[in-house]
Amino acid sequence: MKLIYEKSQAGRRASVIPRPDGLQAPEVPEDLRRSEAPRLPEVTELELVRHFTELSTRNYGIDTGFYPLGSCTMKYNPRVNERLVALPGFAQLHPHQDEDGAQGALELEWRLQEILAEVTGLDAVSLQPAAGSQGELTGLLLVRAYFADRGEGDQRRKVVIPDTAHGTNPASVTMAGYELTDVKTDARGNIDVDDLRAKVDEHTAALMLTNPSTLGLFDENIEEIQQIFHEAGALMYYDGANLNAVCGISRPGDMGFDIVHINLHKTFSQPHGGGGPGGGPIAVRDILEPYLPVPAVVRNDDGTFGLDYERPKSIGKVRGFTGPFGVFVRSYAYIRMYGPRLREMSEVAVLNANYVLARLKDAYDLPFDRLCMHEFVLSARNLKRDHGATATDVAKRLMDYGFHPPTVYFPLVVPEALMVEPTETEMKETLDAFCDAMLAIAGEAKDDVALLKDAPHDRPVRRLDEVRAAKNPVVKYGFEPSAVAAES
Amino acid sequence: MAAAESYPDDLRYHEEHDWARVEGDEAVLGITWFAADALGELVHFEAPAVGATVTKDAAYGEVESVKAVSDVVSPLSGEVLEVNETVVDAPETVNLDPYGAGWLLRIRLSNPSEVDALLDVEAYRQVLASL
Repeated sequence: MKLIYEKSQAGRRASVIPRPDGLQAPEVPEDLRRSEAPRLPEVTELELVRHFTELSTRNYGIDTGFYPLGSCTMKYNPRVNERLVALPGFAQLHPHQDEDGAQGALELEWRLQEILAEVTGLDAVSLQPAAGSQGELTGLLLVRAYFADRGEGDQRRKVVIPDTAHGTNPASVTMAGYELTDVKTDARGNIDVDDLRAKVDEHTAALMLTNPSTLGLFDENIEEIQQIFHEAGALMYYDGANLNAVCGISRPGDMGFDIVHINLHKTFSQPHGGGGPGGGPIAVRDILEPYLPVPAVVRNDDGTFGLDYERPKSIGKVRGFTGPFGVFVRSYAYIRMYGPRLREMSEVAVLNANYVLARLKDAYDLPFDRLCMHEFVLSARNLKRDHGATATDVAKRLMDYGFHPPTVYFPLVVPEALMVEPTETEMKETLDAFCDAMLAIAGEAKDDVALLKDAPHDRPVRRLDEVRAAKNPVVKYGFEPSAVAAES
Repeated sequence: MAAAESYPDDLRYHEEHDWARVEGDEAVLGITWFAADALGELVHFEAPAVGATVTKDAAYGEVESVKAVSDVVSPLSGEVLEVNETVVDAPETVNLDPYGAGWLLRIRLSNPSEVDALLDVEAYRQVLASL
């Protein structure tokens, strides 16, 4: 497919706007004006429409097919969410509107906070953070504020993270000014409790834990872990990346966690994967509530709703206004559709994952042979050892079968990792078709490994040279021949 | 072409897949074939500065491939005397020759007795076999 600049012909226009008579020259200072016109593509309106329509057919998303990208919770985003968020009272609301003119929106935010407090088993919620990563940073800033207030700020400098954690965890720890303590995974895929015990002391500020972990396994020692941390006077942070596994079944607050972030865009449906917007609210135990971001969305004594800025210990704002409002409407709609049956969402997510795991575990290596939660991690190391086919080769071949590949090479503790998360919104027929493809690929690795090595065969582009793309990225259109491109 | 799998007899190894070639009170450090193969072709080496201190069992830099960014763990403690600029400019050198041209650092040992705790090639092969 040609780039739109390659279709450009000098002088062509998609539309020509007549120039009104007597139009004044724009009042732009001479030194700020362009000396020459920008080099925009010149095409007719029809070419423009065809170009972007064709591009849109090259896209692959949850609306076109199965998308089992582990840890990303690519579930169906119900269309009714979009109808609700487009209601004029939501869509045309201005962020500076007076509180009495935005009561419906404030009530929705307050009700969402109440639901998230219940789901997490905690006391107070701020919807403000824009995504999971910002929720993590906000949570760690609360930890800092809490210990500073207690006079333990200089003493508690370390945050403990298991080696299965998402990369955002250590990044957040560093950004929040803490030091990282790594803890290992044991033979059953849990945190190594002995390793943990040796590393937690009066200098520990917090644990950051994803439970179930990125291995899709629920930590069997969670009660012992919470005992270790709370005896040391440290706090516990729950990375809610995998909350889709436990909603309505178990609550982080009951497991001893003090802070939780919730990925609204994952657990509670929101088109994502294309850059957002996401939503990363945090829920906290009452001892941390005074430090939450402002403004807090509150219900007043007279039953109206408002914004409370009078929080002297607050860490301040972490995002504009009260957060990504459109995300709140969609997630609220999704949760209310389940109503008291929210538990079924997680039950079916776990059931689907275990069904796919049961069908695949003989053809691929299973590093931890346990029932999984909402996702699981297989290893292609058997295919690599016996036939030279890697996790990347399996993933690329899967594209020929019409599926988005699973997450590969993560978590790092599993070699040749393939991380599969089907979600609750897929039909059994789809899961079976995916399993059939995965089993066929394992067979192809044995019979004709070149089919995997050269894959994908019938996609718009063949195997990309990822190494060269990383070393010599060409990220702009070359009107003049680029030196890097010329090397090839 | 990536190098064929090998683990030279004259090196000492760390279980995090790092090697050391001890030369008097200095040592040359690098990552093993296993580590280079697991990462795939390297695209970046984040090196410490000359003069910096490295500590046994602690990370002194990062290697990055299209699969992952990974800490490089120091098998020994000491002061950085030299960084392999060839690898900084062409990180794939590590994949081509992990024990030769693909070395990463030269350090002056601050605690030479740490060498005794490192693995010999047989012990390192047992670590690999247990993975």
